[in-house]
Amino acid sequence: MPPRTLFEKIWNSHVVHEEPGRPSLIWVDRHLVHEVTSAQAFEGLRLAGRRVRRPDLTFATVDHDIPTTDRSIPIQDPIAKKQVEALARNCTDFGITFFDLKSPHQGIVHVIGPELGITLPGTTIVCGDSHTSTHGAFGSLALGIGTSEVEHVLATQCIWLEKPRSLEVRVDGAPSRGVTAKDIILSIIGHIGTAGGTGSVIEYRGDAITPLSMEERMTICNMTIEGGARAGLIAPDETTFRYIRGRRYAPKGEALESAEDYWRELRTDPDASFDRCIEMDAGKIAPQVTWGTNPAMVTDVTGEVPDPEDFEDLHMRKAAAHALKYMALKPGTPIQSIKLDRVFIGSCTNSRLSDLVAASRVVKGRKVAPDVRAMVVPGSQMIKYQAEKEGIDRIFTEAGFEWRESGCSMCLGMNPDILAPGERCASTSNRNFEGRQGRDGRTHLVSPIMAAAAATTGHFVDVREWDMAS
Amino acid sequence: MEPFKQFTGIVMSLDQVNVDTDQIIPKQFLKLLERTGFGQYLFHDWRFHPNGSPKADFPLNQPRYKGAKILLARANFGCGSSREHAAWALKDYGFRVLIAPSYADIFYSNCFKNGLLPITLNDVTVSQLFEEIAQQEGYSLNVNLENQRIRKPNDEKLHFEIDLFRKQCLLEGLDDISLTLWHEEKIRSHEQRLHPFQLVDVSR
Repeated sequence: MPPRTLFEKIWNSHVVHEEPGRPSLIWVDRHLVHEVTSAQAFEGLRLAGRRVRRPDLTFATVDHDIPTTDRSIPIQDPIAKKQVEALARNCTDFGITFFDLKSPHQGIVHVIGPELGITLPGTTIVCGDSHTSTHGAFGSLALGIGTSEVEHVLATQCIWLEKPRSLEVRVDGAPSRGVTAKDIILSIIGHIGTAGGTGSVIEYRGDAITPLSMEERMTICNMTIEGGARAGLIAPDETTFRYIRGRRYAPKGEALESAEDYWRELRTDPDASFDRCIEMDAGKIAPQVTWGTNPAMVTDVTGEVPDPEDFEDLHMRKAAAHALKYMALKPGTPIQSIKLDRVFIGSCTNSRLSDLVAASRVVKGRKVAPDVRAMVVPGSQMIKYQAEKEGIDRIFTEAGFEWRESGCSMCLGMNPDILAPGERCASTSNRNFEGRQGRDGRTHLVSPIMAAAAATTGHFVDVREWDMAS
Repeated sequence: MEPFKQFTGIVMSLDQVNVDTDQIIPKQFLKLLERTGFGQYLFHDWRFHPNGSPKADFPLNQPRYKGAKILLARANFGCGSSREHAAWALKDYGFRVLIAPSYADIFYSNCFKNGLLPITLNDVTVSQLFEEIAQQEGYSLNVNLENQRIRKPNDEKLHFEIDLFRKQCLLEGLDDISLTLWHEEKIRSHEQRLHPFQLVDVSR
């Protein structure tokens, strides 16, 4: 057999039907469902008299528009309430496992998939959400899809896909202390642009990727979509297997051993080639802060707001000028002098236990700056529970942070957690688009430790020089 | 899905790169349970002031683009969130064709599921169209999917490439699911060969 990439191995084992010049019909192993992109799909099934083909491979939760305040109070927003109730009804009617607001397993769909052992190497995973790319951290082909495709997968457990191209992103070298997975991926996106990966599946490799924990790998793969790629992959290894063992829906005993034997083969063969390769040096990456209105508009924390006139491309120049106007920033402003009103630690990018632990070390013994409102939203109830067991919540609350219930929250502001017009926020989320966190709100994407440090000082700081408790 | 026929429509230009789906349909409008009714919210925050009054300079509010059916945009149109509401909003507003140098993958696929035709033309041709629209009010294009051709007001013709399978689906208004179910036997045979780890014991 010719040498193959990790992507090709997963692809080949999932092709149900293919013919030249047409998309291929690909089997879907796991379908994750949430309240915002599924209602119309279930309605479509009902109208056509169709059932869900594999309810056993379909899992649902609520995350996007639920409140992150006291769960004993009913949802106040009547439309959000209707949407959540519709999902509950759909799951009952179609026999789908549903982690509702009261479930100890509720959380952001891309956080609970891995946590519950639903996400496994060598699988195909889809969800009506672009950040499905997160699950690629396990060596699974994980794709965000639209609602029509959600309906299609519910009905057929398959998806039509044109075979993507392959892109190797190789990151070697050792990152400095204070430079996190978030900084690595922001730096990659800054390098390739928001359309740099269009039509491609990225495999992240190199000696800066291998030592990363599963949670760090998820941060990298999560933001793959911000570089425009179809999906991101990291080959499964012992780190992956250690994470999976003992998780609720993961294989157990002999089944797990046999699965691990199979998963060990899931790596790019030495002589396999990619359609395109990009190399980065992790040693040269500084902590990153976005200054504009897409994730590629990013720079070093030691840098300054760029001058649109310095962009060669006419469209980029216009876009940069437009972004600076929206962000109310002047060219040449040092990033560290930008003053903040809000800090958000959360989202499917950076709300996992290790993110919260790292941020808490920065915060410990300090106070949130007087004019800053700061919020921590754990990614899931399990993370919240574990953090509270370890006393992480108290470090945050004693410093003046709000400690919330789990959900997507201010990453996209579909629930009441939004910025007021003009407010400026350091956010560990994934998108700084106009209005993303609230109309006329201004978002700067950063790592959890940068967000934590910024909360206590009221501005960005070079966390490489920061004194962190251990 | 309604089959796509050839038609002539006014072209509206939106001269920005990387227009994301958060701009096409902001999140506050994603809570509806239907596929229709999103047109009134299309480009909401760019189109309306916070008090709800229209922003006069935004293309959708300019009288010259009233009734536009074709949207001309720049590269990487539809990036970001997978929300199909973006395609629903464009369609519901009345757009049938998009023209841009490139699109984000998920958005591109969502268009075809809703009878919206996203045409890809090179940068130079797109820039030329922007110029021509600026010079001529009521600028219209005739789009013929069957022949993969656009006819300009001056009768000049532009050819566009499109995946043949997607083209056929649009032309015939084919429903994806019924197409897939033609392959039921293959799906079933694949399903029976799954590795045990691909299955889940949901009783846990």
